[in-house]
Amino acid sequence: MDIFDLIGPIMVGPSSSHTAGAVRIGLACRRILGEEVAEADITLSGSFAATGRGHGTDKAIVAGLLGMAPDDVRVPDSFSYAQEKGLLFSFAFGDIPLAHPNTARLVLKGERGAEADIEAASLGGGRIEIRRLGDMSLRFSAEQPTLIIRNEDRPGNVADVSRILSEGKINIATFQVNRNSRGGEAVMVIECDTPPDETLLRRIRALPGILRAVYVSQE
Amino acid sequence: MALFYSVRQLEEMEMQSALPLWRQILLASAEESGITPEQSLEKMGAALDAMIAADADYDPGQSSHSRLIGGDGERMRRYVAQGETICGDFVGRVISGAIRMGECNACMHRIVAAPTAGACGVMPAVLLPYAADHATPREELIAALYIASGFGMVIATRASISGAEAGCQAEIGTASAMAAAALVYLHGGNAQQMSSAVAIALKNMMGLVCDPVAGLVEVPCVKRNAAGAMNALCAAEMALAGIRSRIPADEVIDAMRAVGALMSPLLRETGEGGVAASPTAVRFRNDFFGK
Ligand code: SF4
Repeated sequence: MDIFDLIGPIMVGPSSSHTAGAVRIGLACRRILGEEVAEADITLSGSFAATGRGHGTDKAIVAGLLGMAPDDVRVPDSFSYAQEKGLLFSFAFGDIPLAHPNTARLVLKGERGAEADIEAASLGGGRIEIRRLGDMSLRFSAEQPTLIIRNEDRPGNVADVSRILSEGKINIATFQVNRNSRGGEAVMVIECDTPPDETLLRRIRALPGILRAVYVSQE
Repeated sequence: MALFYSVRQLEEMEMQSALPLWRQILLASAEESGITPEQSLEKMGAALDAMIAADADYDPGQSSHSRLIGGDGERMRRYVAQGETICGDFVGRVISGAIRMGECNACMHRIVAAPTAGACGVMPAVLLPYAADHATPREELIAALYIASGFGMVIATRASISGAEAGCQAEIGTASAMAAAALVYLHGGNAQQMSSAVAIALKNMMGLVCDPVAGLVEVPCVKRNAAGAMNALCAAEMALAGIRSRIPADEVIDAMRAVGALMSPLLRETGEGGVAASPTAVRFRNDFFGK
């Protein structure tokens, strides 16, 4: 808790969870995709589905996908900006089983062919969490440089990855290991204080047992 | 442990240091967040500027997506300008300011959550007319926002600032308590008086439920901002008069938390209880979401 959670955030209304949080979800998903979004199929679930339209949740998510921040006065007009930029989007309303009450699912295609299927929750006060990426269950905010690594679940992987990061002088802010991905695989979510460069990412990808490494930058 | 966990602690900070309380709040919070005091001051200044800009940005013709909200802040402003109000010019401007900001929020304008978006009208509604009438320098207003945030953090830590968790007492109630502390500061009161103002403001809002019609931050939220602002004036005046809360602020905050826990989920932002369950509200909800 920070004093600027009491006086702030500066944001486009009306709701910190349903509007500001929704912009952040769009922004986080854009960062995960790593390029301009060309197509977005968005499903709003729970309270997002029930009151999202009245809170501008739909406009807010599209605004985030376009790279706008929660205090960007263009948020209410994001649909026309999307048209200008050629972003095609659709909304569906439905319940995502077992999801947090304020959840959105975004299926995205990028300008250069990247794809992502993401579930994100708005936790209140504008804070958000990515809860699923493809078939990986995980939890992170995408508001810091983040490395997501899927690996075979065997000893040594975590140590190898931390060693490479420390050799690259990358300070690790948080490090989670989840075993909940499918059979015998684990997912590491590493939030870093500074962005790792391409060489480090290549070294990590070359480690034995590493299946995939996604880097979510802050642009 | 959060930075500020008791009102008693804030009172002691003032007594035990030569530095003004607002400055201590600034220094401690900047250190905790890993930013410099200058960066913190800049950020708080930006919040103040955004409040002023949002107030100036009010558009009497705007209405919310549901069309339930719009035009009332202007109606109030015109009534006050005619000079025939019951409470006089200052209070009239406070009420009008609170409604204008609440409407701006409902209409997707840029506002400053204080502590939440739904309650964003309370703080600017008392600060801006006060500053206009007393020619308060900008630095003093920023100092008042630090005071408000310090007391607000105690409430957030010991209780809650979320309507979904503890009802509207936690949103408009907290905003009102923060605004009361800020006013006491601006008018020359000490931390003990701020503490009484916080306690009085929260006691007067104890039990207030969160019952947004159709789940939207519109009805009763916008008008409740005016009530929160008036309550802040009332609590600050009492505290400045030397009236002390018989119950210490920390115990009032703890009681508010307990009341929040006792509240049915129907009364905590689900839009299923209170005025949200009235026949008119239900009819509205069906019409609005039916279309
Ligand atoms: S009624 Fe609920 S939504 Fe409206 S201001 Fe109060 S706490 Fe916020």
